Order: sequence, then C-alpha cells, then structure tokens
Amino acid sequence: MALCQVRVPIDSDSDIIVARQKGRALAAELGFSPTDVVRIATAISELARNVLSYAASGEIRLEPLNGRNGCGIAIVASDRGPGIADVDRAMQDAYSTSGGLGLGLPGVRRLMDEFRIDSAIGQGTTVSAKKWCRH
Amino acid sequence: MMVPILKQGDVLIATIMAALSDEDMRQFREALLDRVVTSRATAVIIDVMAMDVLDSFATRTLREIAYMTRLRGAKTVLVGVQPEVALTMVQLGLHLEGVATALDLEEGLAYLDRLNRRR
Repeated sequence: MALCQVRVPIDSDSDIIVARQKGRALAAELGFSPTDVVRIATAISELARNVLSYAASGEIRLEPLNGRNGCGIAIVASDRGPGIADVDRAMQDAYSTSGGLGLGLPGVRRLMDEFRIDSAIGQGTTVSAKKWCRH
Repeated sequence: MMVPILKQGDVLIATIMAALSDEDMRQFREALLDRVVTSRATAVIIDVMAMDVLDSFATRTLREIAYMTRLRGAKTVLVGVQPEVALTMVQLGLHLEGVATALDLEEGLAYLDRLNRRR
C-alpha cells in the first residue's frame, strides 16, 4: 500500500473541515474501524482549531505509518504561534486560555494512542498524535 | 452552508445536512434563535445525523442553542447522534447536560408529544 502523506494548510475555519475530511479518507483507506475513523477526524478537528485560535495559521500533516504492530496514522499539527507557556497545565482538563472548553489537548490524548507536544515560547508549537490500527 | 429550518405546528425542525464550519455553526445558531422568537415555537428539534464529527466547538454551540432556547420558553431535542460520534464525545469529555436527546426525528416528535400530553 503506497499511501502518501497529506498536508493541509490551516488558515481559516473551513480548512478545519478539509483537514478532517482528508484524515477521515486516509484513516478509512488504512483500514481503521468506523469508530476509530471518527476518533481520528475529531482529533484532527480539535488540533486544527487550536492552530487557528492560538496561532492564526499553521499546518496539519497526516502521515500513514508502518510500525512493527501494523499500520497507523500520525497527525502532526504545527504552527509558528506564541507557543505554550505551561504544557502541563495545557494538558489538564478544563484549562483554557482561549475561552474554549479546555478539552482539546487532553481530549485528543484520550482519543489517540500516542501523544507528544513540542513547544517553545515565541517559536511555535508542534503536536503529534498517533493511532494504530487494531485488527 | 444553509441549514433548513422547517415549522411543523409549534415545533421547529432543523436538519443539519453536512459538516458545518465554525462560522456556519454560528450562523445556524443565530438563524435558529431568530426563528424561535419570530415563530413563537415551543420546541426545537435539531437533527445531527449527517454530522460525522461533533467536536468541542460544535457541542458547545449546540449547548448554547439549547440554553438560549430554554430562556425563550422552548425545549430543544437533539436527534440523530451517530453511535461512533457518541462514543468519541464521551471519550473527549464532552457533555450535553440539559439537552434532551432522542434516537431520530420520529422519536423526537414522539417525545415532545408525550411532554405535551402530560401538561
């Protein structure tokens, strides 16, 4: 299977829909269950909205993975925004500096199998989340 | 993307036909609340069967609609939440407290009918 990575620039709220539709299509092609496809699409939605609300623009990259335990998908959301001052707090439920519900990042961690944030003040944030197929 | 809002008796029925952007969702909220006021509806049914994702923003907007509608004395019933979407919402930590739900449009109307008869 030669599925390519997909890059979606995030500049407006309609790009959130484009990103999650591409993610949904890729996840379905990779053989994820319907429930996992919705989990992945929802995680993309949350990460893309974070990019818009905190950095105004950025990118979502969707990558098919080939691991020891089968295939998977990686969602990488990156921006050159202000960065996250306190990553531990950003991972707490109900903590938000944007007036949102504060469920974005901790929620995405619950929906996915692997989760990682790299953020530097003034330089930007990259969130990567992976999900593995279970057959 | 316009969301059609139909009136059947005292009930407004809004059917979301496809994924909505955040801006579409905000416009839908305004249009629906406007109709609740002008039509003097006593209940609103929102059909989300075609929504493949209910993320934190969509859920918050639906909750706001239900709350604002209640302040106008009308009830909101959310119908058609897909099973995969329901599972994901629970895992994400999203709640719809105070919003009545029913399986589909038919059940939603039946629910409102039962409420009316009890009055």
